[in-house]
Amino acid sequence: MSLLISSPHTHSGKSVHSTMLLVMLALAPATVFGLYLFGLPAISLFLITILGCALAEAMALKIMGKPVGKYLSDGSAILTGWLLALSLPPTAPWWIGLLGAFLAIIIGKQVFGGIGQNLFNPAMVARVALLISFPLEMTTWVTVDGVSGATTLGHIRTETGQGHSLASFTDSLPSVSDMGLGMIGGSMGETSAVLLLLGGLFLLWKRIITWHIPVSLLGTLLLLAGVMHAINPDVYPGVEVHLLAGATLLGAFFIATDLVTSPVSATGQLIFGAGCGLLVYVIRTWAGYPEGMAFAVMLMNALTPLIDHYFRPRIYGRDRKGEPLNYASGENKP
Amino acid sequence: MKLFRIRGGVHPHDCKTLSADKAIEDLPMPSLLHIPLQQHIGAAAKPAVKRGDHVLKGQLLANSQGMISAPIHAPTSGRVVGVGHYPAHHASGLSVHTITLQPDGKDEWIELSPPADPFALDPAEIATRVAAAGIVGMGGATFPSAVKLNLRNRYKLHTLVINGAECEPYLTCDDRIMREYSANVIDGIRIMAYALGVENIIIGIENNKPQAQAAMREAATTFPNIQVVGLPMRYPMGSEKHLVQTLTGLETPARGLTADIGIVVHNPATALAVRDALREGKPLVSRVVTVSGGAVRQPRNLRVLLGTKVQDVIDHCEGFNVEPARLISGGPMMGNLLPDTRVPLVKGCNGILALTAKEVSENQESPCIRCASCVQACPCGLLPLEMAANARAGNLDAVTKLGLMDCIACGSCSYVCPAHIPLVQYFNYAKGELASRQRAKHKQDETKRLIERRNERMAAQERAKKEMMERRKREAAAKKAAAAAAAAKTAQEASA
Repeated sequence: MSLLISSPHTHSGKSVHSTMLLVMLALAPATVFGLYLFGLPAISLFLITILGCALAEAMALKIMGKPVGKYLSDGSAILTGWLLALSLPPTAPWWIGLLGAFLAIIIGKQVFGGIGQNLFNPAMVARVALLISFPLEMTTWVTVDGVSGATTLGHIRTETGQGHSLASFTDSLPSVSDMGLGMIGGSMGETSAVLLLLGGLFLLWKRIITWHIPVSLLGTLLLLAGVMHAINPDVYPGVEVHLLAGATLLGAFFIATDLVTSPVSATGQLIFGAGCGLLVYVIRTWAGYPEGMAFAVMLMNALTPLIDHYFRPRIYGRDRKGEPLNYASGENKP
Repeated sequence: MKLFRIRGGVHPHDCKTLSADKAIEDLPMPSLLHIPLQQHIGAAAKPAVKRGDHVLKGQLLANSQGMISAPIHAPTSGRVVGVGHYPAHHASGLSVHTITLQPDGKDEWIELSPPADPFALDPAEIATRVAAAGIVGMGGATFPSAVKLNLRNRYKLHTLVINGAECEPYLTCDDRIMREYSANVIDGIRIMAYALGVENIIIGIENNKPQAQAAMREAATTFPNIQVVGLPMRYPMGSEKHLVQTLTGLETPARGLTADIGIVVHNPATALAVRDALREGKPLVSRVVTVSGGAVRQPRNLRVLLGTKVQDVIDHCEGFNVEPARLISGGPMMGNLLPDTRVPLVKGCNGILALTAKEVSENQESPCIRCASCVQACPCGLLPLEMAANARAGNLDAVTKLGLMDCIACGSCSYVCPAHIPLVQYFNYAKGELASRQRAKHKQDETKRLIERRNERMAAQERAKKEMMERRKREAAAKKAAAAAAAAKTAQEASA
């Protein structure tokens, strides 16, 4: 054994591989539900996307001369594919999944140098690129009864954009329980709020993620939704819509909390989450897309290095400026 | 009593059941003792004996040097067979100055002369006796204890904290000491508090040691100023400043001491050694060591004479059942690798662990995934992933700015890292490199100073030489003028 080995001489047993596996496990309930709900086309798209990511990663590793088996086996490429698939329309053509896979792995991750080096969430890089490049294929949705239709958020934007009051078409929107359970149209894995919340709580319990990003993201988003709804209920939907529709819970627990691209300090994570929540609301309400999670996450990913630079934990025994604490002689009584 | 929360920390498997129920037993007399002269922080002790001398147990073998140092005493009676070099209790396996003693089997003490009543002594006298007994911090730090007992003149002290946390996995020697010698430990604690001039005493013991807590509470019953407090099981609870913060809420300033906030911390084994020195007049010649780990056939808590070889204690525990993957001095979180079993046991060694491959769970390093586990685990509020990245890139100034000197090397960050990055190793490398640069700079400054002085000296010589030439020139000119004048005078006389 090498004498250069330093302490500690034991380990918690955590590994990158086990971390990725636990995230997949947390995603499994919502995924299974989505695949069941949307059927065979969704299943094939899901598999094509994941296999595409694995293939893209293997190709990139080969080109870079890194050991393919070692890096591929950490599971991060598969997880990226999984998250990308969950954010795609279930009926998107197969080549959307494959192209997205290559965009995510090659452009979103490997050009930065591989795992741990990428600045942006790779799945979101792909989703945004696909959304901008193929708007038609990326916004064709099916409802649970197989009929084409808009998502809840899309429907609201269309109607309010035409000047209709929210109250006038509330009956045509899904019920809160349907939105909660996931009996609505949407991306493959974002519809069941209950199952996503379950997965998120699992990640918190296993300490894969901490509470800071989900709480600040949801808190900010729902605070804004509540305030704006109170100001003008005819135009701005309430908190239940923003919480249960779209990619809110998938984003809060699985996308924004991506370990590599989010800040490392607790304060930084709170700021990051709040920024995501704010941007999600702004984009959903005033921008050109009905859903804003992917854009919000990427914009805040861009700010992460700055957040990490300015929001560091206070060092033990020092004040915020880095100077040693000073106890005046009279202050040290218990 | 209200406890305060420290940041970070981890929960390693405590693995204390292997040895927690093994009572302390004496190791049989070894055939040879190798007693290093450097078993403490500070200057190495200087030999006071030579080869061939016969010594008694407790006799001075080596004198302390300077203010921060500690003397070395004979662990048993016998003959000095060598004063030379022997492998150090260190991963490097380098040699250190060592006295080799061959026991005569009699274990015969010198004449001991304890004071009649320690509490009648002047506090400074207590510190002097503790220093003379060679007592150092027995939790592993080995800082000379007398220096800490002499702080009352420079700091306004109010509390003595006894560090019974023993938060390292596997180790149970403090646990056993507090269970089996609780009355003596309390006595030593009171002596130390008297020397420090403090009234308030807090003994912090982690909650995985309920019997130790009970024994200490019982021993402290008649002393209302002593509190025995249960501590949460959280590594590194045994870190001096984190222990103090947990118990009092006070945070020790960076680059400062716990004494800056009025508190002094000592270890229960140190208290026991102080008690033995002040009640029985005995210097520090032995200590309790936990021998444990999955590779040890029969884990034990042994009272060993200082200078005993690791091999001797392993043999007494019936040897290895498998070849250990790592042999460690101390606990698994902060312990040092040992090169082999020939090295001697020293004052600061509280554990010998022979860990199996499964216990060590060695894995290959992989890229950092910035999961922030190390940030959450760090009890000092650092960013270990950033520090390691900068160390790897050679940006040592950035590592320093990020708090390298505030790092206590507890190992929590490496412990939780899912990528198995040896973060502590990067920090040790950075500290070593910075120290090396500091030495090089100092040497360079010294060289520069010497060159400047040489240049000044050469310039002075040059000036002196020039002055001499000027003077000679003037003298020659004067002589020439005089000669000319004389010649003129002669000519004038001739013409007259």
